[in-house]
Amino acid sequence: MAAPASTSIPVAHRLRDAGIAGLVAMALAVPFLGLRTVNLDQGLVVQANLAYVPLAGAVVFLGRLVLGLLAAPLAKAVAPLAAWRPPAAAQRLRAWGGPLLVLAAVALPFLPFANRYVIDLGTTALIYILLATGLNITVGLAGLLDLGFAAFYAIGAYTCALTTTQLHWGFWPALVAGGLASSLFAVLLSLPILRLRGDYLAIVTLGFGEITRIVILNWQGLTGGPNGVSGIARPTLFGLTFDRRAPAGGHTFSEVTGIAYAPEHRLIFLYLVILALTALAAYTVARLRRLPIGRAWEALREDEIACRSLGINPTMVKVSAYASGALMGGLAGCFFAARQGFVSPESFGFMESATILAIVVLGGMGSQAGVIIAALFIVVLPELARGFADYRMLAFGLAMILIMIWKPGGLLSGRLPTIRLSNAKPKSVAEAA
Amino acid sequence: MGAVKAAMGFTLAVGTFLQHLINGLTLGAIYGLIAIGYTMVYGIIRMINFAHGEIYMIGAFIAVTTFTLLLGAGVTSVPLALVIVLAISCTFTAAYGWTIERVAYRPLRTAPKLAPFISAIGMSILLQNFVMLTQGARSKSLPPVMTGGVTLWHDGDFSLGLTNIQMFIILLTVALMAGFTLVINRTALGRAQRACEQDRTMAALLGINVDRTISLTFVLGAGLAAVAGVMVTLYYGVIDFYIGFLAGMKAFTAAVLGGIGSLPGAMLGGLLIGLIEAFFSGYVSSAYKDVAAFSILILVLVVRPSGLLGRPDIEKV
Amino acid sequence: MTEPLLDVQGLTMRFGGLLAVDGVDLTAERNRITALIGPNGAGKTTIFNCLTGFYKPTAGRLLLRHPARGPIELQKLKGYGVARTGVVRTFQNIRLFPSMTVLENLLVAQHQALMPRSVFSFAGLLNLKGWRAAEEAAVETARDWLRRLDLLAVADEEAGNLSYGMQRRVEIARAMSTNPLLLCLDEPAAGLNPRETRALAELLVGIRAEHGIGILLIEHDMGLVMDISDHIVVVDHGARIAAGTPAEIRNDERVIKAYLGEPDADDVATAGGGAH
Repeated sequence: MAAPASTSIPVAHRLRDAGIAGLVAMALAVPFLGLRTVNLDQGLVVQANLAYVPLAGAVVFLGRLVLGLLAAPLAKAVAPLAAWRPPAAAQRLRAWGGPLLVLAAVALPFLPFANRYVIDLGTTALIYILLATGLNITVGLAGLLDLGFAAFYAIGAYTCALTTTQLHWGFWPALVAGGLASSLFAVLLSLPILRLRGDYLAIVTLGFGEITRIVILNWQGLTGGPNGVSGIARPTLFGLTFDRRAPAGGHTFSEVTGIAYAPEHRLIFLYLVILALTALAAYTVARLRRLPIGRAWEALREDEIACRSLGINPTMVKVSAYASGALMGGLAGCFFAARQGFVSPESFGFMESATILAIVVLGGMGSQAGVIIAALFIVVLPELARGFADYRMLAFGLAMILIMIWKPGGLLSGRLPTIRLSNAKPKSVAEAA
Repeated sequence: MGAVKAAMGFTLAVGTFLQHLINGLTLGAIYGLIAIGYTMVYGIIRMINFAHGEIYMIGAFIAVTTFTLLLGAGVTSVPLALVIVLAISCTFTAAYGWTIERVAYRPLRTAPKLAPFISAIGMSILLQNFVMLTQGARSKSLPPVMTGGVTLWHDGDFSLGLTNIQMFIILLTVALMAGFTLVINRTALGRAQRACEQDRTMAALLGINVDRTISLTFVLGAGLAAVAGVMVTLYYGVIDFYIGFLAGMKAFTAAVLGGIGSLPGAMLGGLLIGLIEAFFSGYVSSAYKDVAAFSILILVLVVRPSGLLGRPDIEKV
Repeated sequence: MTEPLLDVQGLTMRFGGLLAVDGVDLTAERNRITALIGPNGAGKTTIFNCLTGFYKPTAGRLLLRHPARGPIELQKLKGYGVARTGVVRTFQNIRLFPSMTVLENLLVAQHQALMPRSVFSFAGLLNLKGWRAAEEAAVETARDWLRRLDLLAVADEEAGNLSYGMQRRVEIARAMSTNPLLLCLDEPAAGLNPRETRALAELLVGIRAEHGIGILLIEHDMGLVMDISDHIVVVDHGARIAAGTPAEIRNDERVIKAYLGEPDADDVATAGGGAH
């Protein structure tokens, strides 16, 4: 759009435009970058770092100028990228992409460079992939913005924590319970609110998310309040634990297999468990997309009124999208609880919901590959650049704005059809009538 | 003897009730001022400005910085300090409001509905973390700037008071509301705003500068949020980078409760939310007071999305 | 004479103080094309919206004589329930699923038939044989309609990328894929060129002949209406002012007055032009 006009804009105009932007930036910088309130013992004082003000102005001025000049060539350069659609052949390739990726992930802990740290990081990334895969059903496929997804994560985690500590269940039944509890909660919550329009619905889900967190924080008798719950059961392999010593009446993995005990075994096992869960979830979503329910989700995102005109019950479609997403959120929460051995309310605030949403939005709504890439990016990048960790949420916010402006569908938003007529073999045309 | 005790208990109960009422009105005035920003923006571009709570937070931070500077410079006159702080906070916060619309929303005006909303969420996260990084995560507290007040009623241990700050907040809010109603009903800007609410394309064809009207709407909304930020700084004396989230949610609830798009509705909703919060934490549970606010939000949206003073919209097929 | 498929009696729709539809009677029969005409703003689309469950009528009875389920009062059903009885519509401002392919659009339309075959998605998830057969059958149904509407070449294109005329055809193909009892078309010829309009007329006549369904049609193109309709109902200011065969309607004084008496009298002139 801006491309043809930009060649004709005179340099003087550009300078003026960038100058205004620079001045505004300087004004905005004064109260936050230029002046800094510092807590001292005797009270608050203001420190002046006024050098930041012209600096901010200069950066914005130059940035605006350069971007303005580069906009046209840049737009031309990325146009094919933006319009890129996966070729038809990619569908055949895609069938191999998933299994290959899973194989590579399975091999990771056994590679020479894999230490505790790498495996731990992989586990965290997989938790986020599972969470975002779930949220992607609601947001990406069904088009229902959910700002309170951390609530389902929390319910899964607390179900696991409470069933294993209070009822002394093992990890596996607790996992099932966590997923189901979360799903059930989603059904109950969503039924009354699904008539709402998109942005209202989003705000209501945010309200539910906050209510859930506040209730967990204050229901001391059940949840331990801010102290959380500890002593959550660890996952076992057919009843075998990964402890050094077997619990009363049980056996350890090293006893039975004869492999010498190593603390890494538990990490690797946890990693493989979450990998299996995530792979299963991703496979399920890929299958669901080609079933009536999955097509109805996408149709609902496209046009709810048209859905109704075809006899599709929007409420059922929405509830199923919420419930399926929440199921995966609950499973992830349950796994998270078992991995940490401890849960507390602060893991499930709005920022957690925003992080998961950022993964879905940045990766490309509806795209599983996008979710994987964005989750890896968000988990691994702060580790690579330690100083970056503080700036992580800042960068999320900025990225969400920029991506909405540049590609409102997300980075990998090219949608692959779920079926092709050219691939479906025609029946022998020996029809009657 | 018992009768006297019962009577004393009764007057005490009335006194407590009145105290909650005063606190609720003060809180409600603050929520109402923020809610106007939500409701005006929604009226004109049909978008929930999710970052509006952060605008209020920014206003509060600028107020704290300015107060601290003034105290350091030895300004002792409270009215003078207030005028300066209000002027500076409103100006800079309005600049933030203007920039946000320009950078994050204007490019998305024709985009699918959820895109500007997600952009607004991104802006909210960005601003929150920007303030946290530049000003630190610790909460900032001011020495009491405005002290004193009147004791309306006194009985033994109990006294019903109206502080100067509360009076200041309530009176300033009333004055702002009156001025604001005049602006919307009597000036060219107000007419342009109402025209844009009805039909943006038509307004543009009739020579109204739609971009400028929308920009001014953000500037005005941000200015009012800054006033609320100054008020909250005075009232509580403590702020941190996270206050915008909850206050924003409650103010949005107020806007929805009053009927989003309606200015008197925003003020009414603000007062109701303030009162509900004050009474709920006074009589039921202060730990769950935010649950009460969120529950009202959900209830109103489910039962009567058009709010108390709004008009319902008919689904177009 | 058999009883009509659809029997509308005293349909009334009020929005606040505005009486949009005022006691309209209407019937539609199988193997027949019934046209609903009237000047702009006469309430035709509102009647459609009531009939297809998008508005709850203020008063009136919408009786569908379903061959298998017996008489059904449509006004008592929930919005999506009407379509499940076989009353399926298209929209004046086309409503496709734009970023899904044409074929996917037609498969979404068969949701009701396919859903039970996927057994709450379990059979589908496991890719069981019964499910695969059901899906293949659905694709064949879709393929038939794509062939009839000359859309085979664009089956794998995103519906939103097609030309206007093609999108109209996709919408009709999608409605027909549901295997309807009564097809309600809201201005299907709007925006079509004369050649496309002729093809549409042939298609509708063909459907009437082969599928034993009723067709209810809102249309401004008088040439098309007069050519293919068996029965015409005229509404003006929310009320029915005439009903009859095309020949009767052509000579009805009230109808002529309704059209010519309106400020947008060019409506009938331009529409009549389409006939030549």
